[in-house]
Amino acid sequence: MLDIAIQIVGLILCVSLILTLYRLLVGPKLPDRILALDTMFIHGIALILLYGIAIENAIYFEAALLIAMLGFVSTSALCKYLLRGDIIE
Amino acid sequence: MNFYVEAIASAILVFGGVFLLVGSIGLARLPDVYMRLHAPTKATTLGIAGVLIASCIIQSYRQESLSISELLITLFLIITAPIAANMIAKAALHHEIDPIERTKGQELIATAKERTSPPAPETEAGKETP
Repeated sequence: MLDIAIQIVGLILCVSLILTLYRLLVGPKLPDRILALDTMFIHGIALILLYGIAIENAIYFEAALLIAMLGFVSTSALCKYLLRGDIIE
Repeated sequence: MNFYVEAIASAILVFGGVFLLVGSIGLARLPDVYMRLHAPTKATTLGIAGVLIASCIIQSYRQESLSISELLITLFLIITAPIAANMIAKAALHHEIDPIERTKGQELIATAKERTSPPAPETEAGKETP
């Protein structure tokens, strides 16, 4: 049962990533693209955790935690750049 | 693996995956940047929390000890998602991206755009320096 659930969620994540990539490429303004990038980071965390479940290995959580932190830092840096024109004042 | 543990973990995993899909569909289809902010920051956060809790159950059962690191990631994402959404909304307001016509309360946009953080209270050291 778990194998079928993993395959279903993997398919769902692929479709979600394609939709997010559409918004990243099309998005009319820059905040749309930043939002799409943030969502893609979250989907990347979900994919890594799913792979960790599938191969029965618990070593990928550190990678997921690092990607979560990088996603937040990159989103806030890009928004800061759009707001102030400068990142570190 | 125990049948009931597997069933519960699979159900939570599929639940989280469906919410991730709902967030992405909302991101792709909603008409406005301020509306598009809602879908990924709410639905996607719930979806990733579901996937992480399913992973927590499965790894705890496999290792026969409580696995805490997934809860750490869940807590971090739940804390940082609203902050990121607030910053993106501020950037959109700053770039004067117009909402669609039927948005209510459009006269408040200028107020929200001009509002800055309150001034820092003057400390003793600040008063002494000329």
